[in-house]
Amino acid sequence: MRIAVLVKQVPATDSVKIDEKTGTMVREGVEAELNPLDLHAVEAALRIRECRSEGATEITAITMGPPQAKKAAAYAVSMGCDSGVLLSDKRFGGSDTLATSRTLAKALKKLGPFDIILAGERATDGETGQVGPAVAEFLRIPALTYVSSIDELDEGHITVTRSVEGGHEKMKAPIPAMVIPVKEMNIPRLCTLGGKLRAKKTEIPVLNADDLALDEDLTGLKGSATLVVNVTYPQMTREGRKILSSAGTKDAVKAIVDLLEEKNCLEAAR
Amino acid sequence: MNGTNKEVWTLAEVRGKTIHPVSKELLAWGRELADPMRVPLASILVGSGVAPRAEELIAAGADKVYIVDDPSFENFLCDEQVGILEYLTDKYNPSILIASATTRGRTVMPMLSARIGCGLTADCTELSIDPVSGRLIQTRPAIGGNVMADIKTRGRDPQMCTVRPKSKRPLDTDRSRKGELIKVSPPQSLLGSALKFLGFTPETSVGLPIQEAEIIISGGKGMKNAKNFAKLEELARLLGGTVGASRMAVDLGWVPYSAQVGLSGKSVTPRIYMAFGISGAVQHIAGISGAETIIAVNHDPEAPIFRVADLSIQGDAMEILDALIDSLKKEQSERWTLTAD
Repeated sequence: MRIAVLVKQVPATDSVKIDEKTGTMVREGVEAELNPLDLHAVEAALRIRECRSEGATEITAITMGPPQAKKAAAYAVSMGCDSGVLLSDKRFGGSDTLATSRTLAKALKKLGPFDIILAGERATDGETGQVGPAVAEFLRIPALTYVSSIDELDEGHITVTRSVEGGHEKMKAPIPAMVIPVKEMNIPRLCTLGGKLRAKKTEIPVLNADDLALDEDLTGLKGSATLVVNVTYPQMTREGRKILSSAGTKDAVKAIVDLLEEKNCLEAAR
Repeated sequence: MNGTNKEVWTLAEVRGKTIHPVSKELLAWGRELADPMRVPLASILVGSGVAPRAEELIAAGADKVYIVDDPSFENFLCDEQVGILEYLTDKYNPSILIASATTRGRTVMPMLSARIGCGLTADCTELSIDPVSGRLIQTRPAIGGNVMADIKTRGRDPQMCTVRPKSKRPLDTDRSRKGELIKVSPPQSLLGSALKFLGFTPETSVGLPIQEAEIIISGGKGMKNAKNFAKLEELARLLGGTVGASRMAVDLGWVPYSAQVGLSGKSVTPRIYMAFGISGAVQHIAGISGAETIIAVNHDPEAPIFRVADLSIQGDAMEILDALIDSLKKEQSERWTLTAD
């Protein structure tokens, strides 16, 4: 069985601070990391390999980005993926989700066939969550989104539980299929020292638009159907009322109740 | 410029045989676009046994409803949905297609985008029509709500986006509105799915999903343990709200992931967001920037959440929570006594 995991390098949000004056996120000098939600996709792939009693399972991590994004694929290898591939080309720059998905799908076709493709729910920087389902559609395979557990997997089918509004639903799909886990599926493992050493020794090949035989008009800015035309910086901080602990619990509770009253949010309580 | 009379479409969301309220929010969005464009607003209703519900969409603002009613659509199966949407968009060629950023909208819309090669913008919080070009301007928060990006779609129509649930109120229901109901019979080849729906287990937790909730009572590490989260549920029950949580509380296993608010959880847009024992990491704050009113309780006077709160209470989260619950219960019982008299 062959599994591909799509991963993305994002700015490490844990180290991001808010600029006190402008109320905007400080991104300068921020380190990059593997998108936290992608870790669950990598973990899911590793567990599939561990659970399979028969036959070999080969896991390839695929990422797209600038040359330094190689690190994201290397990190996935250090967690236990067998190999990593970076899709990198100036011509990929400025890709929206449609162009990104098309490019990734091309790479999956070239490197495939894969039985299972895993992707994170969304990246913590772009926050669209559109790439996984769109890649599935470009490959014309089912997209199993918001998956909280993989319940069964055999040579022909996969059965999963999906976490949707108000509950969980069970779904069975033929493979190949795209599986997009949510965080509740697993706890991603940390990479071991051995894993890190192995990642160091593993070469991450880089594929460009020519390698993918991808028409320049179909990727990057040219291949994108959406364009950012304007950007504004909303004020995140609010001038609120503050009550210190010295005021006592009673005053604090009164302030809360008064505000709930003012906002007409006490109907249910009455 | 783009002087067509192509329609604005919204994708109604069906649960069982009923129309989910987000479908009506979408029509409120749609009216704001269709009116300046002087084009009809249509809703797409796909399901099994849903045709009798179509009038509800007219009453909520639609001029037309395209109805695809077939037993095949009893469950939401993404491949079948993409197929029918491709068929409908090809046949009627709408200018704009808006869906809700629910698990369904967020699954089927990216697939449709890939299928028909049209752009898609995720999770918009504002939509408008550019008076010069007549094109759709889609505004969405980026970089954790620190930036608002205006996005335009180029290339072929429809211009597509998903919008956050609860970011607009539905219009008042008007049963006197007249509209056109159009039954569409898709070719047989579009019916049927490779997927098989095996069942649904509802969640037992209190209230609506956090993305749909008007009142969210959230807790963080400062709640100290899972047991104390029960208090948040009690308050949520009293106020008719839903329990949310910081990433820390979810990682500690006190609450399920479905309750997680923030960058790696859900972005929420309630009327009231109450945060107990949440210090307010950037990722969390990013997820609550769309809240109308934020009330934060934390022992640390320097907690970052106080910078974004409308009411900041410095104090012990559990103590304030207990006192608040007592106060609301007391008021409740007093009122009941009064009514009984």
